[in-house]
Amino acid sequence: MSVTPEDVRHVARLARLGLDEAELPPLVDQLNGILGHMDVLQQVHVPDTIGDWRQPAASAGDSQGHPKRRDDALPPDQLAREREAFAPAMRDGFFLVPRLATHGALGASSERDA
Amino acid sequence: MSRDSGLSALHAHSVDAAWAAYDRVQAGPEGLNAFLAIDRDARTAAPDGPLAGVPVAIKDNLATLRLPTTCGSRMLEGYVSPFEATAVRRLREAGAVVIGKTNMDEFAMGSSNENSAYGPVRNPLDPTRVPGGSSGGSAAAVAAGVVRVALGSETGGSVRQPAAFCGIVGIKPTYGRVSRYGLVAYASSLDNVGVFGSTVAEAALGLEIIAGHDRFDATSADVPVSSLVPTRESISGASPLAGLVVGVPREYFPDSLDADIAARCRRALDHLRSLGAEVREVSLPSTDLAIPVYYIIAPAEASSNLARYDGVRFGQRAAAEDLGPMYERTRSRGFGAEVKRRILLGTYVLSAGYYDAYYKRAQAVRAVIAQEFRAVFASGVDLLFTPTAPTPAFRLGEVSDPYAMYLSDIYTVTANLAGIPAMSQPIGRVRGMPVGGQFLAPAFAEARMIQAAAALERSLGSEAQQ
Repeated sequence: MSVTPEDVRHVARLARLGLDEAELPPLVDQLNGILGHMDVLQQVHVPDTIGDWRQPAASAGDSQGHPKRRDDALPPDQLAREREAFAPAMRDGFFLVPRLATHGALGASSERDA
Repeated sequence: MSRDSGLSALHAHSVDAAWAAYDRVQAGPEGLNAFLAIDRDARTAAPDGPLAGVPVAIKDNLATLRLPTTCGSRMLEGYVSPFEATAVRRLREAGAVVIGKTNMDEFAMGSSNENSAYGPVRNPLDPTRVPGGSSGGSAAAVAAGVVRVALGSETGGSVRQPAAFCGIVGIKPTYGRVSRYGLVAYASSLDNVGVFGSTVAEAALGLEIIAGHDRFDATSADVPVSSLVPTRESISGASPLAGLVVGVPREYFPDSLDADIAARCRRALDHLRSLGAEVREVSLPSTDLAIPVYYIIAPAEASSNLARYDGVRFGQRAAAEDLGPMYERTRSRGFGAEVKRRILLGTYVLSAGYYDAYYKRAQAVRAVIAQEFRAVFASGVDLLFTPTAPTPAFRLGEVSDPYAMYLSDIYTVTANLAGIPAMSQPIGRVRGMPVGGQFLAPAFAEARMIQAAAALERSLGSEAQQ
């Protein structure tokens, strides 16, 4: 399997990562170089019964291996400061974030937003 | 008390001594650049605690209340967390004084600390060389004598490899042993909080304090924490390791291994025999698959974890007219080259058409690697001993090929893939630079591993620096 410039553009779009065209050639070379070393995994025989990587005692589960459940209650708030202390702006208990131009037509109330 | 006899230097190292050392080594053209932020007003919160007044340094991917948490990235420049990592809180509640946050490879992605957005860290033993990574700032801070205990994090060796490069002790605990609440996520099935110490006992004390179940981390294990600091009686006498079986996996000693590093390991094994341990050759046949497996799983998980840096919820935000371009510009400007490379690699191996061939396959081979460790330990082997890294610290700029850099993790990623504890300690010097020896242990057998390491440290004495 060989990575093409179009593959890199595609995964960059998926990852919401802006790339200049000049960045593409070295990235194509590097990803092909790295992935070339991964092909060895296709040759490995893996028994169907291999199971999971986790060490039995390493799970946070109970003695039968089932995940341990906590009480169905919210943990205490761990914030050392009130939300207002680190939010850029708040209204009615909600964070206000900078408005994007394309959202300008959503309603007159947004005109008051930060 | 015998327990405290190995900790007197730690308790004698004051905050004032830490600042004197900091002022000597941090800045200037030959400065270490080990710290990203400091807190000269920090004071102990527990004058009677086991770490009362002991200065400590914290890797900059663990959330702190009084100092920023940048992860070595422009993306989080100036970000101050509104909550504190459990490991940091436990240190502070034991009396430790958090004097600063340490430099690191951006989002813990690197093996040399050259990927920090705030410049590389230099190795205190030779400023032309790297300190290792990604917890290079914490390792350098301990090696330079600023602090004697520091926290780092491990995803594939980011505590043990810099410990080896800087000539100090570094412990990666069992997956689940230490809460990761407040540790900025890189690859969640591999991430651990780890501890550096000037000595085995000091690192062990740090681990003992931060270990244990935490309801704020669903992956933290509800397994009791025993005393981890070895007593003098347990490491001295004629044969303190009598009955201990130490396995030496032949795959960690290939013909290509640096002959001087192999010689230092053989000397350490001779010491272990003289301490009463039985040394036995064993095999972990899938060791050479660990790097390909790791560099599929870690970037895949990273590509998901780092999706949260979108310009809305954390840190930097680039101006744009629309949401899509705002995301792309923010992430393009906020992330450095290695982080972008791993996000792209991780997104690729998870994408339609490639998921089965890469990610699913890597998960299956990871299980094979973990099973091989379980089988060796079930065969009567108590611990494994290997080199920590295939080379001593290399020069800044010396390794430019990404995959060549990844290979410096070849002996450390296996413990992360298997979820088992491991640690590095100094076992000698090669061409003037430190060499690390690594113990690996079954899950939750930290106490056994630390006792053997302390006995070896005592037996090696000054040879650990030769």
